[in-house]
Amino acid sequence: MDYGLGNLRAFAHIYARLNIRVVIANDLDAIYAAESLILPGVGSFDWAMTKLNESGLRNALEEKVLKQKTPILGVCVGMQMLAERSEEGDMSGLGWMRAEVRKLKKASEEGEKQKAVGGWPLADSGSKAKSEMPSTTSSGKPRCELILPHMGWNDIKPAGRSALFDGIEKPQFYFLHSYHFMTSDPVYILGETEYGIRFSSAVGMGNIYGVQFHPEKSHAWGIHLLRNFVEKC
Amino acid sequence: MLRPRIIPFLLIHKGGLVKTKKFCEPKYVGDPINAVRIFNEKEVDEIMVADMDATVNGKEPDMELLAKLAAECRMPLCYAGGVKTAEQVEKIVGLGVEKVGISSAAVETPRLINEAARRVGNQSVVVVLDVKKNGADYEVFCQNGKKGSGLKPATFARQAQALGAGEIVVNSIDRDGTGEGYDEELVGIVRSSVRLPVTALGGAGRVEDFGRLFEKCRTIGVAAGSLFVFKGKYRAVLITYPSKREKDQLMLGVKKSKNLI
Repeated sequence: MDYGLGNLRAFAHIYARLNIRVVIANDLDAIYAAESLILPGVGSFDWAMTKLNESGLRNALEEKVLKQKTPILGVCVGMQMLAERSEEGDMSGLGWMRAEVRKLKKASEEGEKQKAVGGWPLADSGSKAKSEMPSTTSSGKPRCELILPHMGWNDIKPAGRSALFDGIEKPQFYFLHSYHFMTSDPVYILGETEYGIRFSSAVGMGNIYGVQFHPEKSHAWGIHLLRNFVEKC
Repeated sequence: MLRPRIIPFLLIHKGGLVKTKKFCEPKYVGDPINAVRIFNEKEVDEIMVADMDATVNGKEPDMELLAKLAAECRMPLCYAGGVKTAEQVEKIVGLGVEKVGISSAAVETPRLINEAARRVGNQSVVVVLDVKKNGADYEVFCQNGKKGSGLKPATFARQAQALGAGEIVVNSIDRDGTGEGYDEELVGIVRSSVRLPVTALGGAGRVEDFGRLFEKCRTIGVAAGSLFVFKGKYRAVLITYPSKREKDQLMLGVKKSKNLI
C-alpha cells in the first residue's frame, strides 16, 4: 500500500524476483484487486496514521481486510498501526487488534549495574521525551534505560502456530524501532524477541498479521517470510 | 539477543567506489552496484555509502545512483554525503534508503537534525562525527576533515541526541585507511556520552578489531572500508566479509562480555 511511507520498492523488488505479481497501490482499483496486502510504515505513529487517514484509502482498506478478509501484513510502524493507540503519539490506530504500543524499556524496575567490569560506562539519555519515566524509582534507585532505537539483527522465538515462519530455521531479522506492540491477548502472539523486555515481534489474528522487524531488508529470512505470507497465509 | 552490527563502508567518488587514506588520495576500486550485489550474497548486516564529492563540492546527492543502490540492497542502507536539508533527507528515505547520515550540515546547522527527525523519524537520522585528534583533545571536523568546529565529540553527540538523532557514527580521520585498529579511546568517549546506537568507523585492520570493541560494548556497530574492499597485488578488487563461522566466534566473545546492553 502506498500511502506515502515505507520502503515500497524493496518489497516490490523481492516479490518481482519471486515471480509473484506485485503492485504498488495508491488508488482504490489497485487495492480492491489485491489478493494480499502489505502495509509498510516508518517514522512516527502519528505521522503514519495521519498519512493513512489523508490518503483516501482507509475505507477501501477496511472493506478489504475486515469484510472481505483479505490477508494483510503490517510491517514495523505498519504493525503498530494495527493497535488501538500508541504511547508515542496522540492519534488512534486502526484498532483491528486489542493492543497498544509502548516504548521499549528494560524489564527490571530496580537499578541494574550500569557500569560493567572492563566495559564502557553507559550514559543516561538526558532527553525529555513526552513519555519519559522519572530517572529514579520510588525507592530512589536509578532506573535503567535502554539504548534506543532497537537497531540491528535479533532473533525471533516463534510462538503459536502460523505459516508465517514455516521452513525458516533460526528466524532472525533486522529491527529498527523504539516502540513495541503490546497485546492483552496472548493468542495473537506469533513470535517474541528479547530487547530490554520480551516483546511481541510478530502477531496474527485471522487474516491480519503484523511484524515489528523489516522482512524487506532481512536477506533470505525476510524473503522466505514474505513468500510464506503470500503463499500460505 | 541483539547482535552488534558489522558494516561495510563504501566511499563513492565520481560515481565509482574508492579507498582513501586519512581522507586523502582516493583510489578507484570498482562499481558500487556490483559491490552491493556481492554484499547481498554475503548477507551483510547493513551497509553505509558515502559520497565524498557531495559535501566538498556542494553537489546534490546522486539520487539516481541512490535509487539503484536502494533497490538492489537486501539489507538496510545508510547514505551520507552532501545532505544539507530536511527535504533531501525525506527524498532519500523515500527512495528506499533506511537511514541518512548528516555530517558537516549537522555541525553547521544543528536544527537540521531535529527537522529531519520530524519528517522521517529519529531512527532514520544518523549524525556522523568526523574526528581528529588535536593535541591531547579530540575535535569534530567538517568539510571532509578540512575545517575544525571547535566541538568535542561527546558534547556534540549529546547535542545531536537531544535534537533527535537516532544513531551516532564516530569516524576517526586519523585512523582512516591505516588498518591500525579503531581509536578505542574515542569510541569509548562517544559510547559513554549517549543512549543511542553508536557505530565506530576508521582504522579497522582485522576482524579481531571488531572483537575488541564488542568486549567493551555489546550494542555497537563496527564499520570498515578498507578491510572489506581492497585491491590485491594484481589490481583486482576483492570484496570480503566475515564468514558465518567468524561471526559466530565474535558472538561468543559478545556473550562472554560482562557488559550489559
